[in-house]
Amino acid sequence: MQTLALDGELTIYTAIEQKTALLDFLTSDNELELNLANVSEMDTAGLQLLILVKREASQNSKILRFVMHSKAVLDVLELTRMTSAFGDQIVLSAKE
Amino acid sequence: MNIDEDMQEALKIFTVECNELLEEMEACLLGLETSTEPSQTINSIFRAAHTIKGTAGLFGLDHIVKFTHVIESLLDRLRNGELSVTSELITALLPCCDHLSRLILEVINGSLEENPEATECGNRLLDALLPYQQTTATTESHITVLPETTERVETLAEKHSGYGNWLLFLQFNENCLRDGMDPLSFIHYLTTLGEIVDLATFSYTLPDVISMNPELSYLAFEIILKTDADKEAIENVFEFIREGSNIHILPLENRIPYYVELINSLTEEDAQLGSLLLKSGVITPRELEEGLKAQQAAQSPCRIGEILVEQRVVQQPLINAALEKQQQIKDNKAKEGQYIRVEADRLDRLINLVGELVISSAAAKLKGMQTTDISLQEANTSVVSLVEEVRDSALQLRMVSIGTTFNRFHRVAHDVSKELGKDIKLVINGAETEVDKSVVEKIGDPLLHLVRNAMDHGIERAELRTERGKPQQGTIRLNAYHSSGNIVIEVSDDGGGLNRDKILAKAVERGLIPAGIVPSDQDIYAFIFEPGFSTVEHLSNLSGRGVGMDVVKRNITELRGSIFIDSQAGQGTTLRIQLPLTLAIIDGFLAGVGDASYVIPLDKVVECVALPSDDHHDFMELRGEVLPFIRLRKLFNKNGATVRRQNVIVVEHAGLKAGLVVDRLMGELQTVIKPLGCLFEHVQGVSGSTILGSGEVALILDVPTLVQQQEYRQIFN
Repeated sequence: MQTLALDGELTIYTAIEQKTALLDFLTSDNELELNLANVSEMDTAGLQLLILVKREASQNSKILRFVMHSKAVLDVLELTRMTSAFGDQIVLSAKE
Repeated sequence: MNIDEDMQEALKIFTVECNELLEEMEACLLGLETSTEPSQTINSIFRAAHTIKGTAGLFGLDHIVKFTHVIESLLDRLRNGELSVTSELITALLPCCDHLSRLILEVINGSLEENPEATECGNRLLDALLPYQQTTATTESHITVLPETTERVETLAEKHSGYGNWLLFLQFNENCLRDGMDPLSFIHYLTTLGEIVDLATFSYTLPDVISMNPELSYLAFEIILKTDADKEAIENVFEFIREGSNIHILPLENRIPYYVELINSLTEEDAQLGSLLLKSGVITPRELEEGLKAQQAAQSPCRIGEILVEQRVVQQPLINAALEKQQQIKDNKAKEGQYIRVEADRLDRLINLVGELVISSAAAKLKGMQTTDISLQEANTSVVSLVEEVRDSALQLRMVSIGTTFNRFHRVAHDVSKELGKDIKLVINGAETEVDKSVVEKIGDPLLHLVRNAMDHGIERAELRTERGKPQQGTIRLNAYHSSGNIVIEVSDDGGGLNRDKILAKAVERGLIPAGIVPSDQDIYAFIFEPGFSTVEHLSNLSGRGVGMDVVKRNITELRGSIFIDSQAGQGTTLRIQLPLTLAIIDGFLAGVGDASYVIPLDKVVECVALPSDDHHDFMELRGEVLPFIRLRKLFNKNGATVRRQNVIVVEHAGLKAGLVVDRLMGELQTVIKPLGCLFEHVQGVSGSTILGSGEVALILDVPTLVQQQEYRQIFN
């Protein structure tokens, strides 16, 4: 199992680089874990990237889990009601 | 159930209304297949059913509600295009109309409760509708990455609709992210207006990984919003991002009834669709403006409602409601301006009084002429002319268009052609022709007989028609028009025509005319009006027994009318009925014989000439034509001294002229027709009586009969 920890923004400004990074990560193994703990900001561009990799993974019969959602990620997923659609376990940190 | 008088009154109105609606429904159903605007026709049918159901509910007539509900939901599917119009469906629906009429009739007869027998009958009818009723709905499925999401979206509206009131569909401009606008922030901003009850994210436009450009926006959102803000305020949220985006704000499905009600409750003077929608808040000024722009830009003319639905700014049911309201406003305006309902009884009383007035004014005129007081005579003259006008407008009140009677025949044509297995269409012309109400009431049955006859005997079987080079579909025409104080109603078919030789042979066989005489075609055809006259070898269900045509003839004669036949072998037959416009009052010509007075309907009088002095024939020469005489003195066995110079009143009927020999000519007068008692019913040559201004009774001559009798005498002599 491979793990990738995203860092910084997941927005339109970083979308191009993030896409490349995420797709590379997808090819690395059959069971994957994406750590979102350090995502400081996320917008629509970021959201659709997450949807894209999730879809790509399921089409290639890979397992991709999003873990350790940061508050920025959680807010977006809550607003767009995507939490259960992604089906990942969400651990709320004790601080919040 | 005990109902007080108010209720009784309301029920009466309800039943009258229902019958009108049912008539309309039937007419629409029959017209549905050929209608150029079927959707409007379906709407009318639906509205009729809906109104009946609604009102029946008010009166607690649950069995009617139950029955109508099934029909209504079926019609609704028809309206939404889930069902298509077929003749089978129409044939299944027509008896339902009949059944409803029957249920309503029971209500009229005072039975408000369900009648088990009728219910069973109704259930059978509803069973026939089963194949058209709701089948399992197939919903279009969205192609999405995440199946759970799809499922959620489909249930979104149902699950939370109780809480929200607006449905937003947002698909933003592809480039919005690059332009620095994040869709999510707009959605987030919505929360300042109200609460996002539910939201679904769609990603079906998200391309595959390779071609997906991470800087473009692909997502779409469907949001159920609960807010007190109006549509315009919601729209304003997206003001900066609207360009190139797909943004639709619609009232939530379950809120539609609310808006429908709102639209219905509008007291809008202005009956424009747009302003109705605007006023109810389901569209915004911008949306309306864009809609109107699109309407102007459209190549082909289209309706603003259709455009608005197409642009997804408003749902169809709301447009329908607004259209209905619009129609209602128009109707109300039209009704306010043009109609008041008056009981027929009151009208009849007025006509009677006017009749009496005519008689009295004739008396006053008579008295006035005996004085030398010029001013009294002048006053009398103006009273008489006013009375004449009052008479005319009073009679006008009773005039109704013959269309209602004609429209009944659509159903007859539909049913009979099914029964006979012939394809026959009915074409109606001149439905707007007006005639006295009493004439309309009495002409229905004779016409029915003629139409059935024409369908059964007139129109040939399809094979024979093809053989004769005619279109397979037979045509029956009903035509009405005014002609010199008469209404003419024609029933024509494009069938085989009457068999002249067969009728003649039969007439000779029955001893109606001596053998060897060949009367005119007209006279031969007239034999079919003889009682028991039939040339048909095989009886059918509908006609052919030789009874009927004589009854038709008698009915028409009773209305002081006449009937003629034109027929072309192989081309068809036309029956032409001539009827007076009114039964109550006529213009007459007064003539005296001995001490008696007679009234001749003025429209039959051609001219008056003096009787030639060499008077020993029963005819005279009038401008090169032979004019046969009818000597009224002889006809009515009047004794008493003959006057020195007698006069001849030339009358004409159906192209035949005759001279009535009278003692005195006494001029024109208005005459109120009083029927003769049943004792005199069979007296020929007299159609009624009238009271003259002097109080004397005068007989009204039945010119058609007199002229025809004269004609027969000529044939036999």
